[in-house]
Amino acid sequence: MLESKEISCRDIARSIFSRIEDIDEGINAYIRVEKESALEAAGKIDGKISAGEEIEDFTGIPVGIKDNICTKAITTTCASKILENYIPVYDATVIEKLKKRDYVLIGKLNMDEFAMGSSNENSFFGPVSNPWDTGRVPGGSSGGPAASVAAGEAICSLGSDTGGSIRQPAALCGVVGFKPTYGMVSRYGLIAFASSLDQIGPFSRDMEDCASLLNIICGHDRHDSTSIKANVPDYRSFLKDDIKGMKIGVPAELMVEGMDPEVKSAVDSALKMAEDMGAEVEEISIPNLEYALNVYYIIAPSEASSNLSRFDGVRYGFRDRTAKALRSMYKKTRAQGFGDEVKRRIMIGTYCLSAGYYDAYYEKALKVRTLIIKDFKRAFSKYDVLISPTSPTTAFKAGEKIDDPLTMYLSDICTIPANLAGLPAVSIPAGLSKANLPIGLQIMGNVLREDNVIRAAYSLEKAIGYKGVPNI
Amino acid sequence: MKRISSDDVRHVARLAELEFSDGEILKITPQLDKILEHVARVSAVDTDGIQPTSHAVDIKNVFRDDTVEDSISQEEALKNAPEEENDGFSVPRID
Repeated sequence: MLESKEISCRDIARSIFSRIEDIDEGINAYIRVEKESALEAAGKIDGKISAGEEIEDFTGIPVGIKDNICTKAITTTCASKILENYIPVYDATVIEKLKKRDYVLIGKLNMDEFAMGSSNENSFFGPVSNPWDTGRVPGGSSGGPAASVAAGEAICSLGSDTGGSIRQPAALCGVVGFKPTYGMVSRYGLIAFASSLDQIGPFSRDMEDCASLLNIICGHDRHDSTSIKANVPDYRSFLKDDIKGMKIGVPAELMVEGMDPEVKSAVDSALKMAEDMGAEVEEISIPNLEYALNVYYIIAPSEASSNLSRFDGVRYGFRDRTAKALRSMYKKTRAQGFGDEVKRRIMIGTYCLSAGYYDAYYEKALKVRTLIIKDFKRAFSKYDVLISPTSPTTAFKAGEKIDDPLTMYLSDICTIPANLAGLPAVSIPAGLSKANLPIGLQIMGNVLREDNVIRAAYSLEKAIGYKGVPNI
Repeated sequence: MKRISSDDVRHVARLAELEFSDGEILKITPQLDKILEHVARVSAVDTDGIQPTSHAVDIKNVFRDDTVEDSISQEEALKNAPEEENDGFSVPRID
């Protein structure tokens, strides 16, 4: 449409900003919007188009960015008081890649502080509401990226996923959220939470936009020593509506106890569609998944406690000005700068890494992680993809789980395994519940087998035919 | 059996350079205890002879040539400093 000049890039951006002005007070998806610079950038692209310059896929598309991804000269807060005024002097690699495509940055999106949470209630800038029911949570930690796309406040967005922070909110808001293979997207410029698990990925309304965004953001980066030197395929070439002969495993351990029956029936019905399209569906067992949540809540807080030690009021961010000596400045700065959940995780991580406990907790968790990876390798020797619910429930009410951290952690039970094993995984909308709340379907593939994940997701997206738009 | 006491919480807070009021200690201790009890389930798994995971996709030894490249300037590095003095970060006295 842009190329045929049916609509200008400025018009698209303007319509997005007017949507934000109309509804974001009730959603709170954005921590900051960049209207002036976005309209200026859009105008420049319109100029290029009218001058007859050829434009690439995704040029001029309005994108929102989770506020833990560094944007040069634009405040990046991680939704924390401790980084309230932090202005990065460099762009994250994914931002550089988007800039090369002349993307239009709409603004920085709300999230759980330091990406720790499953409900987006842990933001220093206030909670995000679910566009389907503003009394309910959008999921987390990428609540802003998911809600903004669902509510039409961005065409697509980038989030980060450490234990499900892209897929779980995508499920609860009824959009597509993709976590690529660990190492396929550079983490350079992503403010670290748990480095061995963190991965940046896209939110979109459908698989087609998802594949287009993967084409832009994936690829090796020498600024990130954990990034993989693998060829970057054309992800759009995997958008095939054909899963005949595909082998699908359904891990019994992820059809968890206490799962909402409506979620179960949506997953069952998607599996039936897969069978009707000629795929082979089998229930399987991945025994060590029973320990995935336990392993995750040792490894992620341990890495976080180490990563977040850099926030001490010396080089950037908030500083307590009352302290007269260095260590008390550290303590007061961190005590006031971090929210409750972040402090809880720093405490858990510090405990698990401390002398006398390291072997029993951290080292042990790393070994069980190896067993989980081995289990997955075995499963993928037989199956092309694994399918499960993304979240055992639909969006829960705000305030419902905030005082019970352990119950909140259980929200991520289906998504955490893919992070532990570095697998690509997507959540696609599988329908709406009777209460008109979105249900998510998760598809996981073997390491670097995004092709299978995209093919299955695209085929099921077509079969499910979800067209949900929240009434807001 | 309790896994963590309020004194342990105070000790861990010192290690983590955090500070909690007595009221916060009362609230956070049972929460941490419950979480630790949950994660300690990993002790039931037999991991004899199993190597710990370092990278999910198993890459190791990442090297590059030791060449000087562009980096941020001193001015840029100090841009976000809460306080600076004589082209450096300024902090309260060391106790």
